[in-house]
Amino acid sequence: MTNQELQDLITGWFTDPAAVKLEFTEEGSQFLNLSIHPDYLHELMYYLKLNRNTSFDYLFCLTGIDWGKELEVVYHLESTDYRHIMVVRSKIEDRENPEIESVQDIWATANFHEREAFDLFGIRFKNHPNLKRLFLSEDFEGYPLRKDFVDEKNMVVK
Amino acid sequence: MDIILSIHDWFLGLLPAQITGFTKMALIALTYLTLFAVLGLYLVLLERRVAAWFQLRIGPNRVGFQGLLQTMADALKLLSKELTGTVKADKFLYNLAPYFVIVTSLMALGIFPFTQNLQAYDINIGLFFLIAISSIGVIGVLLGGWSSNNKYALIGAMRSGVQTISYELSIGLSLLTMVLITGSLQLSEIIEVQKNGWLILQGHIPAVIAFMIYMIAGTAETNRAPFDMVEAESELGAGFHTEYSGMKFAYFFLAEFINMFIIAAIAATVFFGGWLSPFGITESIPWLGVFWFLLKTFILVFLMMWFRWTFPRLRVDQLLTLEWKYLLPINLANIVIMALIVWLGLTLQL
Amino acid sequence: METATINNNFKSEEYFINMGPQHPATHGVLRLLLTIDGEIIKKVEPDLGYIHRSIEKMCENDSYQQIVHLTDRMDYLSSHINNEAVCLAVENALELEVPDRVKVIRTILDELTRISSHCLWWGVMGMDVGALTSYFYGFRDREMINDIFEETCGARLTMNYNIPGGLMHDIHPNFVRRVKEFITHFKTKIPEYDRLLTGNIIFQKRTKGVGILNKVDAISFGATGPVGRASGYSCDVRKYHPYSALDRVHFNEALHTDGDSYARYLVRIQEMWESISIIEQLIDYIPDGDHKVATNAVIKLPKGEYYQKVETARGELGVYIVSTGTKNPYRVKFRSPGLSNLSLLNHITVGGKIGDLVATMATIDIVVPDIDR
Repeated sequence: MTNQELQDLITGWFTDPAAVKLEFTEEGSQFLNLSIHPDYLHELMYYLKLNRNTSFDYLFCLTGIDWGKELEVVYHLESTDYRHIMVVRSKIEDRENPEIESVQDIWATANFHEREAFDLFGIRFKNHPNLKRLFLSEDFEGYPLRKDFVDEKNMVVK
Repeated sequence: MDIILSIHDWFLGLLPAQITGFTKMALIALTYLTLFAVLGLYLVLLERRVAAWFQLRIGPNRVGFQGLLQTMADALKLLSKELTGTVKADKFLYNLAPYFVIVTSLMALGIFPFTQNLQAYDINIGLFFLIAISSIGVIGVLLGGWSSNNKYALIGAMRSGVQTISYELSIGLSLLTMVLITGSLQLSEIIEVQKNGWLILQGHIPAVIAFMIYMIAGTAETNRAPFDMVEAESELGAGFHTEYSGMKFAYFFLAEFINMFIIAAIAATVFFGGWLSPFGITESIPWLGVFWFLLKTFILVFLMMWFRWTFPRLRVDQLLTLEWKYLLPINLANIVIMALIVWLGLTLQL
Repeated sequence: METATINNNFKSEEYFINMGPQHPATHGVLRLLLTIDGEIIKKVEPDLGYIHRSIEKMCENDSYQQIVHLTDRMDYLSSHINNEAVCLAVENALELEVPDRVKVIRTILDELTRISSHCLWWGVMGMDVGALTSYFYGFRDREMINDIFEETCGARLTMNYNIPGGLMHDIHPNFVRRVKEFITHFKTKIPEYDRLLTGNIIFQKRTKGVGILNKVDAISFGATGPVGRASGYSCDVRKYHPYSALDRVHFNEALHTDGDSYARYLVRIQEMWESISIIEQLIDYIPDGDHKVATNAVIKLPKGEYYQKVETARGELGVYIVSTGTKNPYRVKFRSPGLSNLSLLNHITVGGKIGDLVATMATIDIVVPDIDR
């Protein structure tokens, strides 16, 4: 499917795309980017995988990004049937207690990648069966990949 | 042997007859102990050189000529090492275990006829004694693994128990197959019978089958690859002797190699005529029997090393399947065939 | 005595084993928390982070040329391919067309890296199932590749030969001859590998039907590389998103459908043959030209996001760069093949024996620094 077809198809699933903050853009990226409000993410992801025309069955990258004011989770999806790629992104505005629905029930690989994002960004994935720190020890304070993380001893800022 | 007789006479002249026997025993024990400790060390060296040869390496060649003193140096190092152990270990059993292993394997050596008349003790139930004594060694392994208070050691020890109990059967039965021909368990008599042809020839097909089963079971009995489930370094680290260090570890290590020698020596005695020379070519020079005995044994030892450096390890359930579903039934059938052959007089006599 | 304690006396406890971080089979500092019942595995829980260096955070303070160095230290067995991933991402972002010569050399080195990584894997695979000799055979052949690398770029493991815009130096005059020598040598050695391990009955018993992963799960767990392909999941990035000179060569994607450890083993053996074939197609046709195009000393990527997939020896490596237009990236994410492949370990080893776990782990071919980053 081309990016335009994908965009049309997905927009058609929502009665009011603006209400869920559904936005598409191809600017500054080689893939089609879709952003959505975190509350509606899980449902959208579920359809993206199960719909016969989209069939995004392969989540190949799950990234957390700290944009200063808000945190963003970026999902790179690919369909192994059609080989089309799409990026789904969702911004969480609450920095203190960022929460988003887990997608590990849709793609098993998300289990570890979400733990990584939790570990390094502190994003809590709801309904995750084993949300523990992946790399750092349990008593580690702070979330090192956030931009406001300071560690005077170990960090060299150039 | 003349020298032994003259020593015997010298002793009789020196001491009253009652004490001589005891002193002689002690002296023989001391000689054996020294000889076989050194033999064990050189088996280690041999293994390392053979392994290096298989693995495109050179192996130890720096200490002494061609590395001949390498294992001596290693033994010195092990002697001087600190003995460490876990705090929660069962100290008594932990310290006892290595002796079980090393003493039993040294005891077994006592009854081998190295050549005519060169035999420490010609016991009339020789083979039975060998099988019995080699089963005691496993107690040491079980104790060591249990008392170390280490989970890996425990798994290793349990595997060892399972393995040894299973493969004892095959060893016993395959040797029993050969006893059907010899009609005796005494090792000197077993060799006497082979003056009409080595047993592997006399017993032809069933003897060859028995030999193959014996070698497989023997390799398993000594816990060597492909049956090194007990140590299985990629699975259990070092298995039952994980917590042992210094000389206590060295006992386990040495015992493993002496056991390998024993298994090969039994095979050489029972299947290949022990100290008998092929076709009796050196029958007139009796002391050459030692050479033939050792040659045969070392060829079999080499065979076991060849196994070790070629085959991957079996899994523990496959190990048991092999024994109980294949080796044991074949063995039982083989005994019946052998009995029939002996009964019908179909053995080959040269 | 309270009821709870009474009941506890009769309860069978779970038996935990720490496999690692120092264990011969975990190939580095990976710790597995095993729950076992006798020999049977109930649960495998990987505990990571023993070699976590936070490369992603370090990247945020480094220039793009410096990031290339760090990627050597992730999957150190595919360091050349890792370097290339970052360089390709940066070149794509700058819309920089590298000379043909660079593309061909990169692809040849990629495939050599793949062979060298698979050689090491093959040796270690044998060692894990108890055949120590294979280790030395694998290393013998790997050594020849390392020598080629050493002559080409001065390093044997962490190559750092790619820079954004091309290669750091031109290839050594001996390069073509030595690669050809290696290919002739190695073609006689893979059959030797087969004779030692592939056909061995014990080896087959140890790996066939062990650690079975079906295709649906493979995709869901994001298994890539030989692990995915052994389950019949066609996931070769070199086929679907060709980069460098891969669009001008013909090769078959090694695919098996059994999904067990033996299939993963066969896929890697076949991949060595395919890599040889790719090198043979290219080695005689290295075009003349420059070995790099000039870039600014300070590279600033235009604002935006760049994603580059490459196929390392272990699977799909993704480099995700978010740039805000400065000389440092705003965020770099490495999608490591190892992390996804490791995450399915529990799924495919439960119910097996400890020996099966070791055999399965060997065929997943994890490199811990790649997982931890």
